Amino acid sequence: MTSPNHPAVEKLRTGISSLDIIAKGGLPKNRTTLISGTAGSGKTVFAVHFLAAGIELGEPGVFVTFEEAASDVRENMKSFGWDLAKWEEEGKLTFVDASPDPLVDTVEAGEFDLGALIARIQNAVKKVNATRVSVDSLGAVFSQFEDQAMVRGELFRIASALKGMGVTAVLTAERTDDHGPVARFGVEEFIADNVMILRNALEDETRRRTIEILKFRGCDHQKGEYPFTIIPDGGVIVIPLSAMQLSMKSSSVRISSGNKELDDMCGGGFFRDSVTLVSGATGTGKTLTVAQFLQGGAANGEKCLLLAFEESRDQLVRNATGWGFDFEKMERDGLLRVVCDYPDLSGLEDWLVTIQGIITEFGPQRVALDSLSALENVGTLKAFREFVIGLTSFIKHREITGMFTATTGTLMGGDSITESNISTLTDSIILLRYVEMFGDVKRGLTVLKMRGSAHDKAIREFTISKDGMHVGRPFGNVTGILSGAPMHVSPGDVERVWSTYDKLVDRRRPPEAASGA
Amino acid sequence: MTLYVTGTSPRTRVAIDNLNRICKQELEGRYELEIVDVLEHPQRAEDERILATPTLIKQLPPPLRRVIGDLSDKDKVLLGLEVRPGSSSSSNGA
Repeated sequence: MTSPNHPAVEKLRTGISSLDIIAKGGLPKNRTTLISGTAGSGKTVFAVHFLAAGIELGEPGVFVTFEEAASDVRENMKSFGWDLAKWEEEGKLTFVDASPDPLVDTVEAGEFDLGALIARIQNAVKKVNATRVSVDSLGAVFSQFEDQAMVRGELFRIASALKGMGVTAVLTAERTDDHGPVARFGVEEFIADNVMILRNALEDETRRRTIEILKFRGCDHQKGEYPFTIIPDGGVIVIPLSAMQLSMKSSSVRISSGNKELDDMCGGGFFRDSVTLVSGATGTGKTLTVAQFLQGGAANGEKCLLLAFEESRDQLVRNATGWGFDFEKMERDGLLRVVCDYPDLSGLEDWLVTIQGIITEFGPQRVALDSLSALENVGTLKAFREFVIGLTSFIKHREITGMFTATTGTLMGGDSITESNISTLTDSIILLRYVEMFGDVKRGLTVLKMRGSAHDKAIREFTISKDGMHVGRPFGNVTGILSGAPMHVSPGDVERVWSTYDKLVDRRRPPEAASGA
Repeated sequence: MTLYVTGTSPRTRVAIDNLNRICKQELEGRYELEIVDVLEHPQRAEDERILATPTLIKQLPPPLRRVIGDLSDKDKVLLGLEVRPGSSSSSNGA
């Protein structure tokens, strides 16, 4: 493909950065790309964003609108921060308004073609010296004329005329079903060289937007559906999961969890670019572990970000004060930012983009999210996993230390949906458990997993006081804590079990090694 | 009336011939016709928001009317222009 005789198709960097990743460099240059999607899937926004991103790169554009009047498009796009009227004044953008005019009656009397439209597009391209053209939407052309066969033929002519003008074009088309034919009139996909599909599927009562590159004639692209979102002041933002996973680094620098005893259990602290999951039932001390983690960061002069989805700011500050941490002072010193919000306010894709924005702007060294479980029900399980993958790789890439919490459904033992779905994505897992003993409820803590490091395997008792968390001795003579059915075992029994175990191990070892142990 | 056409294509010629014939039969002496080539004057097509060629626009008398196509269907042209067939002409069932 890339031999000198057959050069690969050149790509045009769109400037929609996340799209360029899944399109492996951008849209094929000087070609036409069909963007097909159901009503409300974001076609028009995409078409305008393509031009807006071009204008930011110094590439003027032409917007051909068959559906909405130019004045409506100008008005609607203001919310995305795109001032089309200003660009028109500056000669960076021009409209070809081909929307139906309700005031003019048109009668068809004999054969015709769309020669005037092509002449207008050519004129507009020449006028602003455009390199990009968006046409929105092809389906609306059919509704303007009775002679459908003529429209079919003319659309082909428009597509080839666009190529002749040396522009890279985006053509939108409607489809009736998220998983049906590519487009309504059955010809749209043949008009363009490339096809991309926008979906806005309803799954478990939540909307999930995805973008898929169906075909790029003669060049490479990433395959499958990628979640994307449309946000004010941002437009179309694709979340390219595969690209994220590739770029992870690994650090061997240790940082403090904010608690000396916990650091010791973790073999000297967390790794700088690691993500730790703290899992436990309600009230076991997850938020405390988080507060401690943030305090530890601030004590080192590191900036910390807390994303709180379960408690209000006031509650958090009050609780932290109860443990001896002064959140308000940390905020005044510019070392802490607390973001509290209702998880249901927006979709998970939006949350990811919002959180990424906050992290980029604030530049923290530590990020804590309390709790992931609160976000679990905002979208589908798939969307949730993608959110965690996206956030994890984003913060790792920036060498930020992360701590997420997950709430288990049952008080004793058990695991959570959150935990079972994302445990493989995190580097360390700390379990917090209630341990019932002789009518008392005690708290237990264990480091279940610590990627790339030795760690304490004991389940230790910890207490919470007005100066935070204190990790104490292991529950030496209790068994069944993790399964949620703790049982007290007499010290004699423990001794006997261990000595049997030791004998078994000794028997398997070669004699010389056994004597050394 | 203004007739918008593209270049000198066969369709352009058919439309001009048809229009001339209709005007002669029905509108003798009661019209002014301008022919605009959109390839030479694309901005005029832009200003009038014309998509199809040939397009015939009747500005006066109001209301504004548009007829698109090569004007081979005389009845539809007259209907579109809202012009009563001239008294000089033969009967014209609508």
